Order: sequence, then C-alpha cells, then structure tokens
Amino acid sequence: MPGSVGIVKRQSFIFAEKTPLVLDNGEKLSPVTLAYETYGRLNEDRSNGILILHALSGDAHVAGYHSPDDQSPGWWDDCVGPGKAFDTDRYFIICSNVIGGCQGSTGPGSVDPQTGQPYGLHFPVITIGDMVRAQHYLIDHLGIDKLLTVVGGSMGGMQVLQWTTNYPERVRSAIPIATTARHSPMLIAFSEVGRQSIYADPNWNHGDYYNNQSPKAGLAVARMIGHITYLSDASMHQKFGRRLQEREHFGYDFETDFAIEGYLRYKGNRFTERFDANSYLYITKAMDYFDLSNGYNNLSAAFTKSSEIVFLVVSFTSDWLYPTYHSKELVSVLTTVGADVSYCNIQSTWGHDAFLLEVETMTGLLTNFLNRIVSEFKIDC
Amino acid sequence: MDKPSLRFDLIAVAELIKPGEKVLDLGCGDGSLLRYLIDTKGVIGRGVELSEEGVLACVRRGVSIRQGDLHEGLGDYPNGSFDSVILSYTIPYLNDPAFVIQEMLRAGQRAIVSFPNWGHWQCRLGFLRNGRMPVTPGLPQSWDSTPRARPLTIGDFEDLCKKCKFHINREIYLLGSHRISTRYQNLRATTAIFELI
Repeated sequence: MPGSVGIVKRQSFIFAEKTPLVLDNGEKLSPVTLAYETYGRLNEDRSNGILILHALSGDAHVAGYHSPDDQSPGWWDDCVGPGKAFDTDRYFIICSNVIGGCQGSTGPGSVDPQTGQPYGLHFPVITIGDMVRAQHYLIDHLGIDKLLTVVGGSMGGMQVLQWTTNYPERVRSAIPIATTARHSPMLIAFSEVGRQSIYADPNWNHGDYYNNQSPKAGLAVARMIGHITYLSDASMHQKFGRRLQEREHFGYDFETDFAIEGYLRYKGNRFTERFDANSYLYITKAMDYFDLSNGYNNLSAAFTKSSEIVFLVVSFTSDWLYPTYHSKELVSVLTTVGADVSYCNIQSTWGHDAFLLEVETMTGLLTNFLNRIVSEFKIDC
Repeated sequence: MDKPSLRFDLIAVAELIKPGEKVLDLGCGDGSLLRYLIDTKGVIGRGVELSEEGVLACVRRGVSIRQGDLHEGLGDYPNGSFDSVILSYTIPYLNDPAFVIQEMLRAGQRAIVSFPNWGHWQCRLGFLRNGRMPVTPGLPQSWDSTPRARPLTIGDFEDLCKKCKFHINREIYLLGSHRISTRYQNLRATTAIFELI
C-alpha cells in the first residue's frame, strides 16, 4: 500500500554570500536563499536523485505534512511517497522552490541587505533561467553530479526544459508535463490581466506595502483568473454545473449565487493568505519571458546538447492553457535532434489541472518510465 | 518487465532485423515487437502509436514511444537515422500509404511493410458466394468491428510499389504462421511481408 512520507521539514540553502548570483538581466543577487525539501535516501553512488519542480503557486513542500495537525499534505502527495510513483523507498526526492517566490526563498518580500528593508520592486526581474541557475547550486550542495530525473508540470515543466538545455550533463532523464518551450501570446495575456489586477489595488502602492495592508483584493482576482484557466468547460460543468451556492433560489443581489463563484472567491481569498502579490508579478513575468529559442536560430538549436537525455513529455487533451500543440512541437524538436523522447497525450476532461488529478494514469506512466531509466542506466535503488 | 509472446507475423518481421540495428516501428501497438527486438537483438528501438492504450502499454514495457499520427510527425526523423523502419499491420489504416512509405525510406535504410492479404482465395470465394465484405484470415475481423480500414491485396501493394518506384528487395509470404513460396501468392498467402529499399 502506498504511504506518506510523514512529517517533513523545509530546509534552506544559503549561497552566493561572497560571489553574487549573476542574473540573466545582468543584475546581481547576494546572498540567495533557496527553500527545499528532501525525502528518501541518496544511494551510495549518488545516482538516485530526482528533482521535482513546482508550478507558479507551488512550493518546496511536495509531500507529507509539516506538523501532526497539518490539514493538507504537500502539493503532489498523490505521487510522492513510499510505494508511489516517486517512490521514496527507492529514490532521493528533492523539491526546490524558486527565487522570486515567497515560500522561503529570496524574493521581493525578502529583506534587501543594502537597505534593511524588503526589496519590493527593487528586487531584480528574474527568469526561469535564473531559477534553474540557483537550483543547480543546490544540487551541487547536495553532492549530486547527475540527477536521475528532473520533473515538473506547468512552470515546473519550463524549469525542467531549462535544466535540459542549460545543464544537459547533469540530467539523465526529464519529464516535462503540461508545459511549453515558449510562452504563447495567450499565456502572456492571462499573466498581464493578473498583474493589472494587482496594480489596480490601491494597497499595492508600487510594490511598497510590506509595512501596511497588502493588495489582497488584487491578488485574489489574479488567482481567480488563474483558476479559470486551470479548469476546462467540461470540468466546470462536471464540478459545479449551474448549481447554486448555499441557497435554493437566485438572490437577485450581488452575493454569491453560483457554486463556481463561491469556488473562485474561496480559492482567491485563500491564496492571499499564503502568497505575496509582488512574487506573483515577478514569477508571471519570468514565465512570460520564457522562450528557450531565445539566443538561438531556432528551438532545435537550444536542444542540440540535450540529445543524450531520455525525455517523457506528457500533455492532456483538455488543457487549453498549454494546448497539446506546445508539447507536440517540443516532441518534434527533440526528435529532430535525435533525443530519445516518449510522448503521451492523456485523455482527460480536467484541463490544465489534470496533471495533478489524473493520478492513476500518471502513477502508471511515471512508475514505468522511471523503472525503464533505472534498468537502462543500471541505477542501484 | 514482462516478456511478450510474439504474433506470428511479427516473428517473421523480427527475423529480418540484425543485432544492434536502430529500429523505428510505426503503429507499434503495445510495443511487443520492439521489446522483443531489444531483448533478443539489442536493437535501439523507437515506436510511434496513435492510441493512448498502446502508448501506456509501451511505457509499461520500457519502450520509447511517441504518441501521434503517422501522417504528421515522420518528417522530424533525420534522413537515414534508422536501419529499419517497420510498418506492421498498419497500412490498411493509413490515409496516404505512399507518403508514409516514402518517409520510411527517407528516414531509414529500408522499410519493412507487413499486412493481411485480402486477395486470399477464401476472401474472394466468400465475397462471391455470400455477397458480404471479405474477412481476411490474416486479420479476422468484420467490417464494422474495427477502426476504418482499407482492405488491400498483395497485387494492390505491388502496383503501389511500381507506381511509386519503391524497390522490393525481399518478399515473404505466410499461410497462417507457415512460410509459403511465391507461386500464386496473392491467392494463397494470408500475410505478406515486404522489404523495400
């Protein structure tokens, strides 16, 4: 029976104290803290390390509980734990947070050592490349030369792809899920609406709000837009339909009538309790800048050094945020450069959220793919 | 990983593959041929399959598999990047078989094509006697029970090769699981296997 990793603890890796981290935009960051969690044991030759990377609103807490009375487990607990797809009895699981975030890593809410005040908008604009550059120092710190797998969905998938182009020699296999090699105009459009809603909140105050009220209303709306894009027409019908929320008739007022409204309001408000609005701005910007073909003649050129990596690309039929053509293009490019790439387009009605919800199919797919990598590379685990 | 028992026509296809080859199997189903070739001949195998069920089975077997339509993605494989490109029991389901075979010969040194023969005498006789669409002994399924397929005969395939200038290097004919000679093959064979270069 699959189990839980139990009580886990968030850890911090502090680096770039003497030599600053140089970012893609040329600015420097020092020192840098990266929050991460690990489960399982690193084997003797340090070859069973799996790096899990999270999506926009995620954090390093991918599985287990932080305390005995913790209400909910980590964000991918369905797939991470003893006997699960990322089996902590066999693999050493690392989940790293991102810089620019607000879940224990250096971000706009951190104190700027120059001023003693929170960075706010003085925090440098970061990229997915910067996030991965920081993570590779963490992997150095953990003493892992080559990761068995790098895996993640959505923005996590972008980091996966960045790992395979920037540090191909550090990665045996890669599993980008429901993601893209370049952010589309539609994705940028949704990001921008989210950001505008934060800018429009008077509490935002150009990012300078850490000693006052934070722009919760703006952030909540941004999150509501996000949630719409993670669902699908079919999943909204299935989950909510036209059901009313705690009332039997229309209220003919502007309170919450429909269940879907209640869901979005609830999700929006809950989000403001754990997420920093400035981090939302920085991270969505990093996603918008994401285009692996940047600096190359074409996308294939970005992957020429990645042909030794074994890929498993996964997409979902109802994901209209990262439609399957993104994954198909990626698979096509990886095939062109001669990489060993497997691709599965999973039938699902859950939209972009499917990567966390199609647990049974994902468990089979991930377990079997990892078994293959373990046997082909003769990993002792 | 489970060791598959191989369908009889696939055994004949497998015999054409030399150890260590790089093999692309188009419409590879559950990946049993590729698994067999990897285990017994140490080939480097890649598969393409349309159905999710097939793709998941391939991953379960530890086979590299790409989900997709053969009319879309073949252009991604660099010229001559495979020793053999296999199309086994898939040609009746293709919209543009000539295009797919051309692509196979571009991406591979050779193409191996196998299919059930609707020219078999039982098909012909059955059609004449019963006036029902022939069911080939090589793929015994009725017209309404499967995805849309276009029946073809050995004669049809030879015509296609002539028209498209595909050079037939070798031909193997089976009656059930037994090899038979090339005499009246279009009447006698239930399965045909062609090696094209």
